[in-house]
Amino acid sequence: MPELIETPIHPAAGPWDLPEFVSEDQLPSRQGDRVIQYREALREAMAEEMRRDKRVYLIGEEVAQYNGAYKISQGMLEEFGPKRIIDSPISESGFAGMSIAAAMYGLRPIVEFMSWSFSLVAADPILNNAAKMLYMSGGQWGCPIVFRGNDGAGGQLGSTHSWCVEGLFANVPGMKMVIPSCPYDAKGLLKTAIRDPDPVFFLESERMLGDRAHVPAEEYYIPFGQAAKLREGDACTLVSFGRPVNFCLEAARRLAEDGIECDVLDMRTIRPLDIESIAASVQRTGRVVVVDQSWPFGSVASEVMAQVCEHCFDWLDAPPARVNTADVPTPYAKGLEQAYLPNPDRIVAAVENIVQG
Amino acid sequence: MPRRTVYEASIEYMQILDEHGNLDEKLAKDTLSDDDVVYMYEHMVTCRQLDEIAFKLQRSGRMGTYPQNKGQEAAAIGSGFAAKKGEDWLVPCYRENAALYMHGLPMHYILLHWMGDERGNQIPDGVNITPISIPIGTHMLHAVGIAWAMKLRKEPRVVLTYFGDGSTSEGDFHEAMNFASVFQTPTVFICQNNQWAISTPRESQMNSETVAQKALAYGMPTCQIDGNDIFAAYKATKEATDRARAGGGPSFIEMVTYRLGDHTTADDARRYRDQAEVDAWKEKDPIIRTRLYLESRGLWDDDRQIKLQDRAKTIVSEVVKAAEDIEKPGTDDFFDHMFAVLPEHLIRQRDTLRTSSIGQNPEQAGLRATPARV
Ligand SMILES: Cc1ncc(C[n+]2csc(CCOP(=O)(O)OP(=O)(O)O)c2C)c(N)n1
Ligand SMILES: [Mg+2]
Repeated sequence: MPELIETPIHPAAGPWDLPEFVSEDQLPSRQGDRVIQYREALREAMAEEMRRDKRVYLIGEEVAQYNGAYKISQGMLEEFGPKRIIDSPISESGFAGMSIAAAMYGLRPIVEFMSWSFSLVAADPILNNAAKMLYMSGGQWGCPIVFRGNDGAGGQLGSTHSWCVEGLFANVPGMKMVIPSCPYDAKGLLKTAIRDPDPVFFLESERMLGDRAHVPAEEYYIPFGQAAKLREGDACTLVSFGRPVNFCLEAARRLAEDGIECDVLDMRTIRPLDIESIAASVQRTGRVVVVDQSWPFGSVASEVMAQVCEHCFDWLDAPPARVNTADVPTPYAKGLEQAYLPNPDRIVAAVENIVQG
Repeated sequence: MPRRTVYEASIEYMQILDEHGNLDEKLAKDTLSDDDVVYMYEHMVTCRQLDEIAFKLQRSGRMGTYPQNKGQEAAAIGSGFAAKKGEDWLVPCYRENAALYMHGLPMHYILLHWMGDERGNQIPDGVNITPISIPIGTHMLHAVGIAWAMKLRKEPRVVLTYFGDGSTSEGDFHEAMNFASVFQTPTVFICQNNQWAISTPRESQMNSETVAQKALAYGMPTCQIDGNDIFAAYKATKEATDRARAGGGPSFIEMVTYRLGDHTTADDARRYRDQAEVDAWKEKDPIIRTRLYLESRGLWDDDRQIKLQDRAKTIVSEVVKAAEDIEKPGTDDFFDHMFAVLPEHLIRQRDTLRTSSIGQNPEQAGLRATPARV
């Protein structure tokens, strides 16, 4: 017999069970030798939260028996059993919609989309229900749910299978959007997402699942809405989120060889957007390049640039610049896909362009 | 009478050619001629060869992810044979190469697609096939839409659409079925029930005894057949296409078959299914039984088999060469098919490969314009 769950049904009413957040410098060190993969960091976050809270379950295609299409949930079926690690039929609209209601009724679902590309067939539940539930019930029905999965191109999977949903979905009020760029953040942000009382869209990158870095064994929570400054410089601010943060770091290293030192900011969450940190940096450097792995039109980069203009107009020494993908569906061919995506070369060129005027 | 039965139904199963190559003569009457069977057999063997080579190409890094068709050739070719080439349309997903090939899709297009070249979906005129579709379930609605347009245009044509057992869990499948039935469109729904959807077995996918019975809810003629039997696949599909062409609306056919290979080259099926299950299905391989049948009729022997195998190898190696010899697309190419007339901002992107912030002079940005394709 599973244990009874006695917490209230309307999660909007609380208690919210929020973690205690500490400031960045009090978080466990990013340096160390406990080197694990990005996918393991995600698994650790889910497993820790599932041990702590019996209301949390994971549902999706292939998540249980198969250990996840990308092996993120490896071993979780053995630990938590089939009532909490749940294989779903191929019905994205179904398991998203049902889980939204389970969240309203006091559970804490983690919904895995094999790829965010497949969330498109579940657009109504995730955008029209989850994101508006609290608002449309006059504050009564909360919706503490996490939708997570692979986002972004780069795996040569063709245009329908390579979606970057951040530009599209970030437009919708009522949800939070998280996009970690490294294993350390993946763990700390996913734990926060699971504890969050609102719907969270958590965007992972298939390209990064094998990335390895030190991840502390202890529990830690990274607050939403706090960008991380990964590098300091006066010449230009590089702002990004998710996988292209790594391209920015590479570009910044190369630029530094030519004496161009950049601030590199990792937004970590798209909603909430930490415009304060971005503005503070741009007001110091006077220049900004926003790097975004989705299409340029109406993108997150466009939003960041608009807010930069609102906050920093008088400080700008050059027009803010964006590096996005080409304004076309993701090309299927390997070489073309790389040319279409932001890459260090294009970032270096964009920075040089505005720094050298 | 306060309680009475208002609806009763049953599902018919059909097998004509069993796994030992025995034919049910009565059911086989007026179906496939000897020549037809030889033709279909040769196609199946050639497609099996394509499958093996495609797998190797992926393993050696010359192709992207590829879904093998192995074991499902009879369902594809038997049904495809019942559609009129160049008249009827096929709306495929990704596991019915034999039907596409038979309907005139040049074989190297199939490779080209999986090599990541959109030109593999640039289907030649006169070949009535829509592009390979990856978002599960969404293409069945297209099959209904095309059939509906045909009906309004008063064309005596039929649309065949292919999908797997797993696909019937998507909402789009049910919407397609309902529309087809309410609008009485000339659509034939062909479910290749290969028992698995990646690692999800049929029993976890649905709680119904058969896939075929799902059609009952939509008031559609439906049946289940042995999908490894070209005769049954042909006969069931022919009945459905005849009915549709005569204005009798849509039909559903569950073809019971088995995916002998992995889901795709990104999968390793040994991790989740029993070798005993696979071995049992290997004995039901459609190619084995068709050959046994041909041999029993004196239409086949080892000599012909060796010649066919050689021919299949030659065809497929030529196909590989054709796919690999095509000039690789350049970055200009991905702008070519964006709009009927390429707008100014995309012309600028094409010429500079600058994708945004294009207010500045590209030369200043240190970006080389890519050479225009001639
Ligand atoms: C909307 C959507 N969800 C999930 C997937 C991932 N996916 C690709 S194939 C597949 C299984 C399909 O199974 P089935 O319909 O039985 O066809 P089969 O592969 O067995 O031929 C899944 C889940 C997808 N391509 N599209
Ligand atoms: Mg299947």
